[in-house]
Amino acid sequence: MSEARGTSGASGVSRAGRASGAGGTGDMSGAGEAGGTGGTTVPGGTRGTTVAGVAGRAVTRAVTTPSGRIAALGRAELTLLGRSRSTLALALLVPLVLPVGLVSVVDGMDVADVGLTAGLVLLPAAIGFSLLFGVYQALSSVYTARREELVLKRLRTGELRDAEILCGSALPVLATGLMQSLVLVAGSTVVLDLPAPKAPQLAVLGLLAGLAMCAALAALTAALTRTVESAQVTTAPLVLVSMTGSGMAVPLELLPDRLASFCQLLPLSPVITLIRGGWTGSLSAYEALGALATALAWTLLAVFAVRRWFRWEPRR
Amino acid sequence: MDTNEHVIEATGLRRVYGGEFEAVRGISFHVRRGEVFALLGTNGAGKTSTVELLEGLARPDGGRIRVLGHDPYAERAAVRPRTGVMLQEGGFPSELTVAETARMWAGCMSGARPAVEALALVGLAERADVRVKQLSGGERRRLDLALALLGDPEVLFLDEPTTGLDAEGRRDTWDLVRALRDAGTTVLLTTHHLEEAENLADRLAILHRGRIAASGTPAEVTGAQPSRIAFELPEGYFVGDLPPLGELGVCGHEADGRLVRLRTRELQRAATGLLVWADRAGVTLRGLDVRSASLEEAFLGIAREASDDPESHLGVGGGPDTTVAVRGGRTA
Repeated sequence: MSEARGTSGASGVSRAGRASGAGGTGDMSGAGEAGGTGGTTVPGGTRGTTVAGVAGRAVTRAVTTPSGRIAALGRAELTLLGRSRSTLALALLVPLVLPVGLVSVVDGMDVADVGLTAGLVLLPAAIGFSLLFGVYQALSSVYTARREELVLKRLRTGELRDAEILCGSALPVLATGLMQSLVLVAGSTVVLDLPAPKAPQLAVLGLLAGLAMCAALAALTAALTRTVESAQVTTAPLVLVSMTGSGMAVPLELLPDRLASFCQLLPLSPVITLIRGGWTGSLSAYEALGALATALAWTLLAVFAVRRWFRWEPRR
Repeated sequence: MDTNEHVIEATGLRRVYGGEFEAVRGISFHVRRGEVFALLGTNGAGKTSTVELLEGLARPDGGRIRVLGHDPYAERAAVRPRTGVMLQEGGFPSELTVAETARMWAGCMSGARPAVEALALVGLAERADVRVKQLSGGERRRLDLALALLGDPEVLFLDEPTTGLDAEGRRDTWDLVRALRDAGTTVLLTTHHLEEAENLADRLAILHRGRIAASGTPAEVTGAQPSRIAFELPEGYFVGDLPPLGELGVCGHEADGRLVRLRTRELQRAATGLLVWADRAGVTLRGLDVRSASLEEAFLGIAREASDDPESHLGVGGGPDTTVAVRGGRTA
């Protein structure tokens, strides 16, 4: 931003100087102010105050944009993520370690009967773990921590809109989650001999929907979480339900029909379905649209709930 | 729309927490351009609740606010680029350095001055690479102030800007606020330090239990209060032995054991009458304290009504019974 400072110099240009130099620069307070300040107007614009430059106005004002503000916030959050070793370790390692434990389980399942291979079970599961631990749980902690440190309240006093604050804070975690999924895809392709996806667009849509949904659900969970420590507890229900019922550990194809059709409605189920379907290419248009609609519905529901119930300050 | 005249206008503000506790109960005031306006009050008087409404952090439950001619809550995009806010308490991630924090804020702010410059204004330039968690309480307050000044605001909200600062830091902050005011910035600050309000404010309002108990220039608020004479009566004397209080120009008195307090609007006449009486009676008035009306008196008078409220305590060193002068008073 320093380049936007213009020529006001270090001597402390008063408001009179700013206003007289404001013609045509888009300074939103306008030149009319020079006449209106009356006794406080100091002619010439070269007056020094006791503290040099105390009200040195930028002659041209760089107006921020939503994307610029989100980027600035996201950059700070990225720095913070890099310094939060435990969050980072949990987020990065769990999705890599958990699938390894799943290998023996998958070996015992009759996945071949429903046209699946070990890779087609493990990759969606690993991406699911990444979304749950790397995005959902990590972001719940971030939102809670920022609220308890009064960071969110402080941010709200500035130009950032509420949605920008939530998006900017989520940016590094979402980027990490996306990168991690790509690494998992590459790893599965090499290690598990996974073939190329037959309908990659479905997998991409599923992943993006999963990221958006997990961010929204994280904000909602943070609203119910009092401390960073308790975020491990408040995030547990969705983590456990998703791991067991969303087709991550056990593909829904292996469940009894009635149970499977119920489990399809769980938040992360459509995400897993779409990702797996992206590789198998076996989803009908009806099934794919149904999964997308379910994912969208959960995301919109979570966004609505966040708008309604998100807490920007600690409880007193 | 007369924004040049009234930069902040509050009319009949109300704020209710949880549907029952009414923290702000019908407050009206205005702040002119280039003025320093102080909201003075005990803890729990409603200062922060009021300032948060002005900052646009919450929508009032009643009444109307205009900041620079706009509703700060509904029209935040029009107001926020022109205001600077210092909250009562931090609000910075503890693991970021001072410079990283300032850079983040600058990126979220239209027309931000260079972060280094803002940090230099509050004397934090050498601490740029220190993490926020390692700053002292006073340094954090100064960082908060630096960020409030980062966008070179026309209107500055300072919620207890010097709480936690040492005497020198407080003076520096006062100098900074005065310099900003001289350059045309409108400042609204809250404080429970009488000294701060007396030193800085062009006008002030004393808040008490969510209402404005007194307002005006410091001189006007003080002028509405009586002066005070306090002393101990010698053994064997009673209040009835004093000359008729009405003739001394005394408008009220209290006796607490041997301690007597007189209130008067004619301090010289009352003091002279009392001292002449003591001289003639040949008695010594121990602990004699003759004091003009002060902001402290005004404040204490209002706070005294709240003495049943254990939450209220004052920012000066002692309660109503102390004879410590205001300027000597300090909280830790």
